[in-house]
Amino acid sequence: MTDIPLAATRDRRLAGRLAAWWRAEPASPAKRVQFDRPLTPWLFVLPQIAVVVIFFYWPSVQAVTSSFYIEDPFGFGSTFVGTENYRDALASTEYRNTALFTAFFCAVVTALSLGLGLLLAVKADKVIRGAESYRTLLISVYAIAPPVAGLIGMMIFDMHMGPLTQVAAWFGYDLKVGIDYWDTAVALITISVWKQIPYNFIFFLSGLQSVPASVREAALIDAKSEWRRFRDIILPLLAPTAFFLLVINITYTMFDTFPIIDVIVKDKPANNPMTLVYKVYLDGFKGNDIGGSSAQSVILMVVVAALTIVQFRFLERRVHYG
Amino acid sequence: MMKTATATLAFALTASTALAATDITWWHGMGGRNGEVINEISQQFNDAQAECKLTPISKGTYEEALSSGIAAFRAGEQPNILQVFDAGAATIIAAKGATVAAEDLILGAGEAFDRDAFIPGVRNFYADSEGKFIGMPFNSSAPIMYYNTAALEEAGVEPPETWEEFEAIAPKLKEAGYIPMTASQLTWMMVENFKSRNNQQFATNNNGYDGVDGTELIVNDDNTVMMFDKLKAWADDGYYGFYGAGWADNLKPFEEGQAAFWIGSSGSFGGLQKSADFDFGAVYMPYWDAIEGAGTQSFIGGAALFALAGKPEAENACTAKFFTFLTSPETQVYYHQNTGYVPITTAAYDLAKSQGYYDEQPVAEVGIQQLMLPGGDWSKGYRLGFYPQIRSVMEREFNRIFSDEVTVKDAFDTIQDEGNALLARFAKTAN
Repeated sequence: MTDIPLAATRDRRLAGRLAAWWRAEPASPAKRVQFDRPLTPWLFVLPQIAVVVIFFYWPSVQAVTSSFYIEDPFGFGSTFVGTENYRDALASTEYRNTALFTAFFCAVVTALSLGLGLLLAVKADKVIRGAESYRTLLISVYAIAPPVAGLIGMMIFDMHMGPLTQVAAWFGYDLKVGIDYWDTAVALITISVWKQIPYNFIFFLSGLQSVPASVREAALIDAKSEWRRFRDIILPLLAPTAFFLLVINITYTMFDTFPIIDVIVKDKPANNPMTLVYKVYLDGFKGNDIGGSSAQSVILMVVVAALTIVQFRFLERRVHYG
Repeated sequence: MMKTATATLAFALTASTALAATDITWWHGMGGRNGEVINEISQQFNDAQAECKLTPISKGTYEEALSSGIAAFRAGEQPNILQVFDAGAATIIAAKGATVAAEDLILGAGEAFDRDAFIPGVRNFYADSEGKFIGMPFNSSAPIMYYNTAALEEAGVEPPETWEEFEAIAPKLKEAGYIPMTASQLTWMMVENFKSRNNQQFATNNNGYDGVDGTELIVNDDNTVMMFDKLKAWADDGYYGFYGAGWADNLKPFEEGQAAFWIGSSGSFGGLQKSADFDFGAVYMPYWDAIEGAGTQSFIGGAALFALAGKPEAENACTAKFFTFLTSPETQVYYHQNTGYVPITTAAYDLAKSQGYYDEQPVAEVGIQQLMLPGGDWSKGYRLGFYPQIRSVMEREFNRIFSDEVTVKDAFDTIQDEGNALLARFAKTAN
């Protein structure tokens, strides 16, 4: 009996407070910086929040939930199995080999595409005649979609008629992409690096061009060796760009190389190397093992989060933003 | 104003659905020419009657069609008909409540249905252990051995019936400058159909038909290991060319006239007619004379159609009507001649024969004849959960065998262990 009036009063008080908030009655002047309606800023960030919630938080929660179940693909029955999916994944030699390859692949592709991108940018920065055309040529590869890059790569490395297979044969090497584990690995790395160099090139080049001429000239007086000038002056000034690219390149090799792998292994991975995210797809979408695949994607999520934290905590400290 | 417009629109929509035919959808995993034929058959069905309108939608590959169907089912947006391939059969059949058994659907709609009208090789694969059709067999194929006529003449040999005969003629073919044999999809050819052609048990629990609990593979047995020991030895001697797990990579040497034999699908016939510019023939997939009771029929490959559950009566009646239409001899013969897949009923086979189709195209008859060979205890089919993943494990190990990373016996021990672990996982999902 007494609950009703109490609740009503509470509601009215809440409504009053909300109305006051909406009318933006001055609480403290310091809080009213830009918007005179306190809900307005929220409206502006709402689309962004919606995107993050729908495409990240919601699926993440679903993945975490289903990783604790073994589920019939059609969703009729699911059995709670605790951490069994995780234990199964981590205990499997196949999974551990894939994880090792992913780490190796990440390191090699990131190092090569950053290194080569930087080298090309430094050289292009020096070119004066025809600079535009060189740059366009180098950047244009970036416009190629990853599956197309994969297809081009597949033609080049084709075991029956690929030009690179023939070149290898001249040197007496029997290149067998698709059969031999390491031959396929070399093909995957080559295509992934080739695809990523232009991206790094663009950023390094713009980074180089923002190094003030006065600094370069001052350095020229201090050191004759070009390498020393590059190491002591240019490289530290490029560090913010390089750090950004490092983060982006690692994400690229972990996730965006998916279409390249898919095209090269032609839907049948057999004994060929693949990355963790490709294995998540195989087990989940081709094998219909939802629980197992979810557990793998949660592991992947944790690894990437950890990696990002490490990068920001330990590496970024050494980066000087000018 | 707005309200009136909405009301009119709503009325118009109701009116048009009331007048129009019942719509049903069919998700499939076929592309290229085979995909076109599916559209043609659907059109023929729509033209043949007025009550039902069938819309076929391609969902990519077999695996993609199955995954899309599953995702749609979970969201309550499933199509009426889903095409599911041989290896995915256990996934959909074990999910009780996902499908309406084809036989129940057809009989329930008051149409006629006779199991014995189907050729023996297709009767059991998509049926339950009592023989009731759960899936409706659709595009069915058999693994057969194609040969390059000129290559055989040059070497002065006849196509083999058994592996022993192949072993005897392989050196002559090699001497004549050919790769004696290549084969696509070793999982289907040399494991599953090694089992069927040689009447060998593939899994416990009656090849998996009797239930999922405790079902285990039987693949590291002496005979299966012997088959791959032979393949490895032939590869080392240059009698067999292994080109990885890709279908086309293994077909290519045959298409280019470098290989004398290629083991492929009877459904490849249509494609080969276009891609091979030489005379070719086909014989049954060989078996081992040394294995007692060998020479039985092969399993069917290809796919079946499943009526998904949760659809209104009227739509199910249309699905039943379409299934009946699909098995009519005329439709079957049309499909057979345009794709290379085998006719699935005796009546359709007889019709094609009476039209003289096999006098013109003897190769087209090999697949169906092989499916009509006498059956054995183990040649009816298999029902294994997570089988697409088990096939992936096999493909991985086969690559390792042929690149000398593991011995055949070790590879099959791994397949046995990992396969059984997958089967045990699947048993947990089915509870």
